[in-house]
Amino acid sequence: MAETASSGNPLDKDFLQIRARLIELAAAMDRVDRGGGAAGDPRLEQIRRSLAIVAGNEPNRAEQVQMEFSLSARG
Amino acid sequence: MYFFDPHIHVASRTTDDLQALARAGCVGLGEPAFWMGYDRTAAVCFYDYFRQLTEWEPKRVANYGMAHWAWVGMNAKEAENVGLAREVIALLPEFLDRPNVLGVGEIGLNKCTRNELTTLEELVALALARGEQLLFHTPHLEEKYRGTGMILDLLAADDRVVPERVWIDHCEEHTIRPVLEAGYWAGLTLYPTTKMTPERAVDMIEIYGPERILVTSSADWGPSDPMAVPAFIQAMRRRGHDDALIRRVVYDNPLRLMRQSRNFQG
Ligand SMILES: [Zn+2]
Repeated sequence: MAETASSGNPLDKDFLQIRARLIELAAAMDRVDRGGGAAGDPRLEQIRRSLAIVAGNEPNRAEQVQMEFSLSARG
Repeated sequence: MYFFDPHIHVASRTTDDLQALARAGCVGLGEPAFWMGYDRTAAVCFYDYFRQLTEWEPKRVANYGMAHWAWVGMNAKEAENVGLAREVIALLPEFLDRPNVLGVGEIGLNKCTRNELTTLEELVALALARGEQLLFHTPHLEEKYRGTGMILDLLAADDRVVPERVWIDHCEEHTIRPVLEAGYWAGLTLYPTTKMTPERAVDMIEIYGPERILVTSSADWGPSDPMAVPAFIQAMRRRGHDDALIRRVVYDNPLRLMRQSRNFQG
């Protein structure tokens, strides 16, 4: 299927939503800390690796984050 | 659980919203004067709007078994027009003497311009001269930090200000601390995308405690949620907080603030 490109700067539409989700995420991580932290919990490492993917420049971030949270078919 | 929504723009909401609020346990609503989404052309438009807030909306709300209180003022957006603002400020004393008008609000800053500040200073002067309670709207998004600081500076410069009679609204993580430390009331607005979520409001209670914190919907004519206070109550319960603490925030606190106004009738 062809990729569709919308006209204009897509941030015009998405910036506020991205901003809100970043604050939400930051607040959630503060909450984890206040709850005693989660040191050593492998899910915390999944979150950290996912944040690095989000901050990176690869074009398939969503796919990569999905794989970060997926079991491998090959075990 | 019974609760108040001390900041909601009833004039912009339907009777379906009032019905839902009443069924959820809401016993009273506070309605500050604000920007209706378009700039009004003359002071007489504000005169009629203040009549709506003090005569018609209380009747509409009473049909659902809830009480209604109003605040009157010149909102930050239209405050840019200083000439118009002065004509509107001249109308305020008549309304500030009406039953169930709690004080001057919501007033504040939008783009933090010189004109907005001039209007704000004149509104604060009127309120302090009359001993009125004050309700401040703090700006949105990237202007919030700067605008909140300007409002706090303005208040700190006048020794007639009684902090527990001042409510600074739309506080967020980066502005709530100085507001509480100076002794003012801090409002948390649960508003999609641009302000707080119920979960983040619970965070604020966990970090700062319930003293002088108000939770409101500020529901208006834009995307907003009149059921925000019930959503906060639910989020508090999900996080394991007991009903006494929740009631303190959604019932006792707003009642305490509103009762400080001489025209409050409960
Ligand atoms: Zn408002």
